[in-house]
Amino acid sequence: MLIEEKANQNVFSESLIGLAENDPEVIVATSDSRGSGKLIPFAETYPKQIVEVGIAEQNLVGISAGLASAGKKVFVVSPSCFLTARSLEQVKNDVAYSDHPVKLVGISAGVSYGALGSTHHSIHDLAVLRAINNLTIIVPADNFETREAVKYAYRSKEPVYIRLGKKPMYTLHSEHSRFEIGKAITVKKGNDLAFIATGETVYRAYQAAQLLNQEGIHARVISMHTIKPLDKEAIVKAAKECSSIITVEEHFVHGGLGEACAGCLMEAGYSISFKIAGIPDEYTVTGSQDEILSNYGISGEGLRDMAKKY
Amino acid sequence: MALDDISNLEKKSVEYRRRILKCIKKANTGHTAGSLSCVDILNVLYNRIMNVSPENFRESDRDRYIQSKGHSVEALFVVLSDRGFFPESDLDTFSKFQSHYVGHPTRKVNGIEHNTGALGHGLSVSAGIALAGKMDGADYNVYTLLGDGELAEGSNWEAFMTASHYNLDNLLAIVDYNKLQITGPVQEVYNLEPFRDRMESFGWEVREVDGHNLAEMEKVFSRIPFNKEKPNLVIAHTIKGKGVSFMEDNYKWHHKVPNDKEYDQALNELVL
Ligand SMILES: Cc1ncc(C[n+]2csc(CCOP(=O)(O)OP(=O)(O)O)c2C)c(N)n1
Ligand SMILES: [Mg+2]
Repeated sequence: MLIEEKANQNVFSESLIGLAENDPEVIVATSDSRGSGKLIPFAETYPKQIVEVGIAEQNLVGISAGLASAGKKVFVVSPSCFLTARSLEQVKNDVAYSDHPVKLVGISAGVSYGALGSTHHSIHDLAVLRAINNLTIIVPADNFETREAVKYAYRSKEPVYIRLGKKPMYTLHSEHSRFEIGKAITVKKGNDLAFIATGETVYRAYQAAQLLNQEGIHARVISMHTIKPLDKEAIVKAAKECSSIITVEEHFVHGGLGEACAGCLMEAGYSISFKIAGIPDEYTVTGSQDEILSNYGISGEGLRDMAKKY
Repeated sequence: MALDDISNLEKKSVEYRRRILKCIKKANTGHTAGSLSCVDILNVLYNRIMNVSPENFRESDRDRYIQSKGHSVEALFVVLSDRGFFPESDLDTFSKFQSHYVGHPTRKVNGIEHNTGALGHGLSVSAGIALAGKMDGADYNVYTLLGDGELAEGSNWEAFMTASHYNLDNLLAIVDYNKLQITGPVQEVYNLEPFRDRMESFGWEVREVDGHNLAEMEKVFSRIPFNKEKPNLVIAHTIKGKGVSFMEDNYKWHHKVPNDKEYDQALNELVL
């Protein structure tokens, strides 16, 4: 049984307070987004370390690039739908290309905002950000990965994007797990098939693997927390050892984890039964996050059924 | 307008507010205070000013309404259903699985001109429609509703310049000037002032109204263009959460849903 824990966003904001306590150079930049980012305690504790720009996400990223170039350790916190679409040029030119170590934190990512509709969904972000040089992309699956991602971003001298959701997660790792950028973590062993999942879909893949276990099918579950750089070794190893691969992501089927894995396998000379589970190229069904994901088979049962077909 | 007409309109405003809350309560989600803030503006536009109805919605000479502050979708849905664009019962599906009545306007819903929800888009699109109207010599007007917090988006200021550059006097931008956004008072979040002077220096003709005074709004909105060849801006002084005492002027009600007790109390206050 999986144990419920906090929302990754909450863990992120708690981690920030820990960092700011020892380092006055830590700055949080927001665009009327401190409430959604769970940053009100941060703002109350360190009022001098929060920069508010109003509802102006392009300005937000530009200002943060400036702050970072002058030595501040800036965490930019804004809904990922706006941060990675509206501010994309600032991310590309002012952060990545100009090489300022801004820490971009996209909150309420994927379809977290559910019935607020497509303007508020962020299912394009991995595709567009993968196409930008000099940007590490991290999509934590649980609270442990979130804490580690924040630690990494804090130390990093390079631009980083962290993608977070707002729903409580489930514990997938023990505190002894090792987190290393660019190294996937195997959450469950198995050689019949492999789920390569990322972010908040990892626990769904894990649930599918548990259901498959009951039928004597042993699925490997891999948490691909770093989308760039991708852990090619883990992907090739899965292709060698398992008879099929299903990638799982809370993202459009184009340009995300699935296509990144497919490209990696083709280049390595592997041809294997392969399926990308994600949001298909259609007018996204409306509803809550859970309803949307389940509608597209991204649930324990849905992924189990998919696994039996591939 | 005759006095009894205005009292009919006032009755509508009360009924609209009740329906907004019902819709939000039933779905257990919604942008409560912003909808209560702007619904009187919508009431006047749809019932007194704009030439748009289910009958002419496909006609090219209809007036256009684009709600840039898309989050106040409940107000728009309630007014559209009252104008006959769809049955009120459709709103029972608000925010439900497979419903097109989602938390921001989409063109899947009859009567909606443009999909909004990401702030800072509506004015550019409205200016584009107004520009096309000028090109075609059409006599429709374009109405758009903006939030005051929303005006931090630079795209608005780009559109302000385009509109005055092209002399779009067929465009009326109304700002729901409730002085609050999510984090708190607008003026504590960013500096919008002196807003009126800024707009005049951008080449717009500005009027200020009480955004809950229906008769006053009708008078002002019906007089565009205020000044030939200039785009029109109305600063509508409003109260966020208007009509429900404990929601009024309290930023915490931006997207809060009333509990059962609060809901009952709100309905008790919203009577004629
Ligand atoms: C581009 C963009 N950034 C952020 C948001 C999230 N958001 C929704 S409403 C809102 C506050 C809007 O304040 P204001 O414009 O004053 O509206 P009102 O007070 O009338 O509700 C914010 C930040 C958004 N919808 N779009
Ligand atoms: Mg406001």
